[in-house]
Amino acid sequence: MKYEATIGLETHIMQKTASKMFCACEYEYGAAPNTHVCPVCLGYPGALPMMNEKAIELCCKAGLLLDCEINSHSKWDRKNYFYPDMAKNYQITQADEPLCLGGHLEVDVNGELKTFTLERIHQEENAAKNTHVAGASLVDYNRAGTALMEIVSNPCMHSSEDALAYLASLKQIMEYGEISDCNPEKGQIRSDVNVSVRPVGQKELGSKVEIKNMNSFAFIQQAIEYEIDRQTSLLESGGAIVQETRGFDSDRGETFSQRTKENAHDYRYFPEPDLMPVKISTEQVELWRSELPELPVQRRTRYVNELGLPEYDAGVLTADKATSDWFERAMQHTKNAKAASNFVMGEMMRLLSEQDFSISESKVTPEKLAEIIALIDAKTISTGAGKQVFEIIFNEGGEPKKIVEEKGMTQVSDDSALESWADDAIAANPRPVEEYKAGNTASINFLMGQVMKASRGKANPGAVMQVLKKKLDAFC
Amino acid sequence: MLGEKEGMDINYVAHLARIDLTEEETTLFQGQLEQVLHYVEQLDEIDVSGVEPTAHAFPVYNILRKDEMGQSLGHSAVIANAPAASDGEIRVPKIIDQ
Amino acid sequence: MDDLHKLTITELSEKLAAGGCTSVGIVKDVLAVIDANDGKVGAYLTVDRDSALEQARAADVARAAGVTSPLLGIPIAIKDLLNVKGQPCTCSSKILEGYIAPYDATVIAKLREVGAVLLGRVNMDEFAMGSSTENSALGKTHNPWNLGHVPGGSSGGSAACVVADEAIASLGSDTGGSIRQPAAFCGCVGVKPTYGRVSRYGLTAFASSLDQIGPLTKTVKDSAILLETLCGHDKLDSSSIEMDVPTFSENLTSDTSLVGMKLGLPKEYFVKGMDSEVEKAVRDAVEHCKSLGAEIIDVSLPHSKYAIAVYYIIATAEASANLARFDGIRYGLRIDGKDPLELYKKTRAAGFGSEVKRRIILGTYVLSSGYYDAYYKRAQKVRTLIRNDFTEVFKQCDAILAPVTPTPAYKLGEKTNDPLEMYLDDILTTPTNLAGNCALSLPCGFSSGGLPIGLQIIGDSFDEQTILKVGHAYEQTTKWHKQKPEL
Ligand SMILES: [Mg+2]
Ligand SMILES: [Zn+2]
Repeated sequence: MKYEATIGLETHIMQKTASKMFCACEYEYGAAPNTHVCPVCLGYPGALPMMNEKAIELCCKAGLLLDCEINSHSKWDRKNYFYPDMAKNYQITQADEPLCLGGHLEVDVNGELKTFTLERIHQEENAAKNTHVAGASLVDYNRAGTALMEIVSNPCMHSSEDALAYLASLKQIMEYGEISDCNPEKGQIRSDVNVSVRPVGQKELGSKVEIKNMNSFAFIQQAIEYEIDRQTSLLESGGAIVQETRGFDSDRGETFSQRTKENAHDYRYFPEPDLMPVKISTEQVELWRSELPELPVQRRTRYVNELGLPEYDAGVLTADKATSDWFERAMQHTKNAKAASNFVMGEMMRLLSEQDFSISESKVTPEKLAEIIALIDAKTISTGAGKQVFEIIFNEGGEPKKIVEEKGMTQVSDDSALESWADDAIAANPRPVEEYKAGNTASINFLMGQVMKASRGKANPGAVMQVLKKKLDAFC
Repeated sequence: MLGEKEGMDINYVAHLARIDLTEEETTLFQGQLEQVLHYVEQLDEIDVSGVEPTAHAFPVYNILRKDEMGQSLGHSAVIANAPAASDGEIRVPKIIDQ
Repeated sequence: MDDLHKLTITELSEKLAAGGCTSVGIVKDVLAVIDANDGKVGAYLTVDRDSALEQARAADVARAAGVTSPLLGIPIAIKDLLNVKGQPCTCSSKILEGYIAPYDATVIAKLREVGAVLLGRVNMDEFAMGSSTENSALGKTHNPWNLGHVPGGSSGGSAACVVADEAIASLGSDTGGSIRQPAAFCGCVGVKPTYGRVSRYGLTAFASSLDQIGPLTKTVKDSAILLETLCGHDKLDSSSIEMDVPTFSENLTSDTSLVGMKLGLPKEYFVKGMDSEVEKAVRDAVEHCKSLGAEIIDVSLPHSKYAIAVYYIIATAEASANLARFDGIRYGLRIDGKDPLELYKKTRAAGFGSEVKRRIILGTYVLSSGYYDAYYKRAQKVRTLIRNDFTEVFKQCDAILAPVTPTPAYKLGEKTNDPLEMYLDDILTTPTNLAGNCALSLPCGFSSGGLPIGLQIIGDSFDEQTILKVGHAYEQTTKWHKQKPEL
């Protein structure tokens, strides 16, 4: 019998807000433990939550970016469970009336365009961070109560490739939408993965296994693949899948049983009496929609149609928002999109790959790149010299014009200087001259190299070619 | 609907509520709470079809806070209140996933 | 002793303004009464002597500098579930052992702003769960009129201290009658404001959708003065409503006429098994209001009889979540365990008293998988019907007159073995909490055993002014509030 896997993801994304979801504490990654806490996020007696309007806006904007319907009426619920990272021992979340409903994403999976549908997006609060030491655990509540939204997909994926492509696309859209920085290392994007396996042709889904709380895309891939294998072999050997929650052991690359259905949580959801419901008007939704930033797909199309870039360039430039934003800034200072694209995809990416800082921290700013391109376009320097200037600035900083002057990189197009170098080259190299005359036109390249050498790279290659041709053809 | 209610499994509920009960308490509370549950069954008499539930005594909407940073608590006050702490963190027995 | 302790806020504030006494004098006098009587009454958990005197000195200095406020320099006792920065907040529970509040509740901040003196914190039923203050883990409070009787609850300490002249006024909280019932049992005035009138920020929550903070005072006018300070929108409490707060006390004049006022008498509030002396005292009070010019009309609140059932489902469900935070991790008592699960169970077993455990278990049960719709959701729907009853009635009348309790204060220990019986005593107060509107309790007589009887005046949402006006007129033309227990 053949089996197929069905996968759904619940992805938690930390939103870019200045303060936490229900209190005014700041969140700062890596801050000293328990320094950004208050009675609200510590669950002290008497403290009450107050909702952060920016988080609501970001959650709804995320929904709009993913084609969700924004719920005109949504409310808050308490989800009860005891855990040291949950200060109140209940999480404020949205059970039956979330902010966003439905939605979908179109994703390129290995060249095939697939649509993955969403069930909902709801707003909630984050948990604290536990660390484990010998014989005890330590809790830092700095992260407790930070704004967190949960994007729930339908069980619509069938392989780890689907899931990874979905996540990568989700991450890209959230970054573009300025909803979240989605840094997995900082725990800003984490997923619970539901995997089930059923015989091909069977209508109903197999028993669902949930693998909890993974932040690494590589682990998610391993966990899914391990689970599909495990469940398939279990079914093949006549076994049954138990509905359960499993953890992922990254050292062994395996999942392990954590909690079966029998001792599943009883969350006792009920409406949060401390928070009032949210009503969102269509006017508000339209206002938010008008504020949405351009998504990578839209940018890609614009780069091709308006800037005349090849599809390939547009894809590379928009893959990462920081790169694309940098390119956008460069385009405010130059009209030569292809040259800018070449520099970003070539020099910039090559040099960055050897460093561990991001494009926004590069000493070559978009303005400086535009200057370099202007110098090339004005034939003041050669493209090769331009690349040298780029690298010098990347490593040491500096102003393009100054560097060109100091290093004497200005191109020579002046005919008299070129003619004397050309005459020297022709006189000193009779063999290539003979060959050229005999019809081997490629021999001109050798002579050209000699002229460039003599000029120490400053000669304008186009002009050299013209002068050489003129002289050689005159002999014929 | 209410007629189908089974008796309360007080040990299960006490576990959910994270309270250890003595045997004496278990027996006592079981009896007392069954009386209370029996009493509240009178709500079954009422036809509530089409009635909206009340979650808030005075319904208002969109009570929002600007996304602005405010004062946090002093770290020392937080640690002073904690029954156990090390290295500025709150110390608990080893968390094992249940 | 200067007998300053016997005076009201209104009287003391006039005397202070006229230079007839100082705040330090008042506080010293009240402290002397506490020393003399609290051994018998047991209202206080902690008296903040030094701090109170310091606040009084500061108030006197402020007054000399020209600051005026009716509450400036007036000593007030606080129910021990309100957070007062730098002080314990025990909720009369062992589980908050060692907890020091790092912040002020909004009402505390408001009292500080007008220069009131925070005198100390008073006893209550643990986490406000109870009707007799016998559920306190930290001591017994006695009814000042008869020390063998309960003071009522859960704000039993707040009522007893005012009646025993151990404070000029106090703050309590009312979730199902916890201000009005002890006020009736002890013979003082207590007001449960409309839900959303007073910020709950800093009030340790029992049932979030029902809790309100309110004053317990010697007179209606004193309650009006305190309400003017306590009420108002707070950006820290989502349920607090943005609405103008009238200067309630200025609207209470010497004119005691109730002409033009329609007062409703709900037949459902004269329940079976009601003490005949209570019924008589309340009916006399109704007649008295009629004699002041009020028109009395019969009204009906047909769903009131379900209030107890609805209340004990909703309140315990909310409480089961609200009290989950008392887990021995971040503050308070901790009994260690091999893992967090064992720590939780041991800590909560040792830290909570029987009534709290019982209610947490009930609340957990009604929310648990498979029971939510049958209990919680259904209770919320009946809650809607109870609210609708009040909406209808307030189309017909300006306020409602009713008893507060079916009986006067009972003996200590009399009902502790039967929780349901004690729950049923809340039948006349819980409907108002479920509907959210306001009500006050004031003395309207005494039983033959010498225990006070309370009259309840129930008002429409945000119409505290009307119930204060009716209460003030009644009080000005009767003498019950002038009687004092002998201690
Ligand atoms: Mg969630
Ligand atoms: Zn906070």
